[in-house]
Amino acid sequence: MGDMTELKAREDKLQGTGTSMLRKEDARFIRGQGSYVDDIQLPGMLFGALVRSPHAHARIKSIDKAAAKAVPGVVAVLTADDLKPVKLHWMPTLGGDVQAVLADGKVCFQYQEVAMVLATDRYAAADGAALVEVDYEELPAIVDPKKAMAPDAPVIREDIAEKKEVGHGPRTHPNHIFTWEAGDKAAADAAFATAAVTVREEILNPRVHPCPLEPCGCVASFDKGTGALTVYMTTQAPHLVRTVLAMLSGIPESKIRVVAGDIGGGFGNKVPVYPGYVVAIVASIVTGVPVKWIETRIENISTTGFARDYHGVGELAADADGRIKALRFTALADHGAFNSHVSATKFPAGLFSICTGSYAIPNAYARVDAVYTNKAPGGVAYRCSLRVTEAIYLIERMVDVLAQKLGLDKAEIRRRNFVQAEQFPYTTAFGWTLDSGNYHPALEKVLQACDYEGLRREQAARRADPNAPTLMGIGLATFTEILGAGPTSVCDILGIGLFDSCEIRVHPTGAAIARMGTMSQGQGHATTYAQIIATELGLPASDIVVEEGDTDKAPYGAGTWGSRSTPVSGAATAQAARKIRDKARKIAAHLLEVAEGDLEWEIDRFTVKGNPSQWKTMKEICMVAHTGNLPAGMEPGLNAVTYYDPPNMTYPFGAYLCVVDVDKFTGEVKMRRFYALDDCGTRINPMIIEGQIHGGLTEAFAVAMGQQMPFDEAGNHLGNTLLDYFLPTAMETPHWETDYTVTPSPHHPIGAKGVAESPHVGGIPCMSNAVIDAFAHLGVTHMDMPHSAWRVWQKCNELGINKRQTP
Amino acid sequence: MANTHEVAFKLNGKDVQVSVVPRELLIHTLRDRLAHTGPHVGCETSHCGACTVDLDGMSVKSCTVLTVQCDGAELFTVEGLQQAGELHAIQQAFHEEHALQCGYCTPGMLIRAWRLLQETPEPTEQDIRYGLAGNLCRCTGYQNIVKAVQSAARKVADHKVAAQAPSA
Repeated sequence: MGDMTELKAREDKLQGTGTSMLRKEDARFIRGQGSYVDDIQLPGMLFGALVRSPHAHARIKSIDKAAAKAVPGVVAVLTADDLKPVKLHWMPTLGGDVQAVLADGKVCFQYQEVAMVLATDRYAAADGAALVEVDYEELPAIVDPKKAMAPDAPVIREDIAEKKEVGHGPRTHPNHIFTWEAGDKAAADAAFATAAVTVREEILNPRVHPCPLEPCGCVASFDKGTGALTVYMTTQAPHLVRTVLAMLSGIPESKIRVVAGDIGGGFGNKVPVYPGYVVAIVASIVTGVPVKWIETRIENISTTGFARDYHGVGELAADADGRIKALRFTALADHGAFNSHVSATKFPAGLFSICTGSYAIPNAYARVDAVYTNKAPGGVAYRCSLRVTEAIYLIERMVDVLAQKLGLDKAEIRRRNFVQAEQFPYTTAFGWTLDSGNYHPALEKVLQACDYEGLRREQAARRADPNAPTLMGIGLATFTEILGAGPTSVCDILGIGLFDSCEIRVHPTGAAIARMGTMSQGQGHATTYAQIIATELGLPASDIVVEEGDTDKAPYGAGTWGSRSTPVSGAATAQAARKIRDKARKIAAHLLEVAEGDLEWEIDRFTVKGNPSQWKTMKEICMVAHTGNLPAGMEPGLNAVTYYDPPNMTYPFGAYLCVVDVDKFTGEVKMRRFYALDDCGTRINPMIIEGQIHGGLTEAFAVAMGQQMPFDEAGNHLGNTLLDYFLPTAMETPHWETDYTVTPSPHHPIGAKGVAESPHVGGIPCMSNAVIDAFAHLGVTHMDMPHSAWRVWQKCNELGINKRQTP
Repeated sequence: MANTHEVAFKLNGKDVQVSVVPRELLIHTLRDRLAHTGPHVGCETSHCGACTVDLDGMSVKSCTVLTVQCDGAELFTVEGLQQAGELHAIQQAFHEEHALQCGYCTPGMLIRAWRLLQETPEPTEQDIRYGLAGNLCRCTGYQNIVKAVQSAARKVADHKVAAQAPSA
């Protein structure tokens, strides 16, 4: 064995797992050389602009294309009638429903796609779109999901009004989508009947939008000569999309190539297949030239995958000491006009059943009723895995409500209910097995770092002073995420298992290329995966190229969403690398003329046990693998491909603390401090992890403090530009403090769990808890998000605390 | 449309001439005609800053500037920041401080930060946050962007680089 300095130098050279290696992908972005979909220019390309409905619910009496067609540069105007001959006027959705690609006789939400104008440039296309004359007969609209299943409610989806069954039970109303249940209702009810204390709150997760900076779009190019279709598009799941396109178009999947170049943020918004993509593809097939469709910001906010819209009711039953005995959660989910929610087929409400959070709750029951309304479809798991945000928001709010009722400290009630370290793997009342966790030390570390007791004393003093101009709130959230979708046995999309993949090819010089089934939207995959390979193969990460997003090159995978890249593809990467290392070991044994068992792996080489001066480096072995002198009968080369179907989800967790000051007179909430401790198991690139946490917390801040998508009674969207929809700037975004503990996943090959969604999932309840805590001494138990100054001021006014006290 | 105008301006130090209709937006001229795809379209309402370019010494949102307004102007985009193959201090700092993720806002952030450092060579954190408030980022939470600008300011002070306009 070499001396420690030499070993360290060799290890440093690799920049493997645990190193804050600077990102390999930055080089093109900082030069302005990224390649996003709108950067693609193909010869003869047409531009498509969509005509959208001004009404939320209306029958289409006629469409007149003449004026649009007369615009110079306009080539064609496509409507549902033009799509019918190719049977593409309706498409399947990721929610197991069907959706009109272009409105077929009636529109069901405002801005629904009605026609596409194709023109030689974007200005002519926009001119044409403005001149398509559609004659509408307005129908009454349903905006409030609570009214959707009233006996006299207008039927939104006449096309499936007669459908009696859905995958998960009978439909009870034409506007009913599904009812989904989990857990044991009878057991939960029994525990409630005998509990010392019970609490109940109505809790809304309002409709919000992920709003990545790059809108959605595609360039479709159909080659009439070969019958092959290439689609450059903004997608987080290129392989799944290719499968859907093949099912839709009848073109063999092997003749479809989906290319996702650089993606300007996804956050869940770029998982579904949107009508614009499909029309552009049809248009390219019909015209024989490439067609580009890029949505505007208004189109992005008002029609592509929104998130949440869960009208929940949470209930907890506990003993007098605050030990939770049972939980009941129900939710009414507003899915819009078409059920295109991204959910695992086996769980239409996704992972809503993680709502026991970090707590050992013996009895639990959850139920989600989903309904159609006249709003845009496409609910996505916004920076969370399939509705875990809604679930954790509910439990983290309810634990606070219970603590308040019992007069217990909010840290103490968490301590009393946490799953204990020795209980892992712990199977929850919903049947999920939490793989590993160590909740108590994480919480204690945060409390100590922030001087929780001191903060409580300061708050008590503030509360005792009626003249204090501000209220002080302290929020805690101790959450558990459910990531790494997922074992194919429990999780799939449209029946396709959620495994993922990695193919590694090592070249003679020791440089390697890895191709993945996932797709980065800024998460730093090119660096992270290279670092895993560097550690596993002893080849420098800087020499390893990672490619994703081109279905012609990469092996099949379910893509990047639900923080599944590291838990699933990261595992596939480690396993593919290990296959290569196993072969390399055989070659090394052959070259050194020893048995395989006499070799040990040391950073970047195999050395002979007991004879450390004898070794073969990985780099030497790479050359040999391609030039000869191999063990008898061995194939040349050092390649491997792995499809990894995880045995379980991964369960990262965290403890967050937030301190706010609320101005009693203006309602403004100032976030004084936010401390986030995350445990995502093995940390591959600490710098990238921290960056992901900053971003997730900022998106949590936006949701908790300002985002909502309001509609009027007629279904008009009341805010779909960045003038109206709150995206925080550098001015209002707080400073984030980060910390960590490490509890590796026992079933992941390198112990990693995934992280980027944790700050969103844990951040939102933590911020809400802080704001509501500021009012807790005034008897307030819950306030719905967003906690904008206007809404907080309304609460101050209602409580009469915004009046100056006369001495 | 026959009603076109000849517009000439300096782009990253090079003379360019384009023939555009009066309503053509600068962002489309840059991206679609001149192949400068660094600036991006994000919101079309001047809010997100992904399309930010430097027009006669001011940071502007090129999605709401008409190309015909730029006749005789001097324009800089992110493509002009690199000098003789060397990254500008601000580009280097963004890389070193992990101040970008998806990269979509980055060109606008960089060109704005470059101008900010000329307006305020020794910015406080508040100066930077205020100075970048016209550029949205959905990925980073700004913290590392602020660090990058602070780091670049130090580098510039040491090497006197950002005070000069970048040349082609």
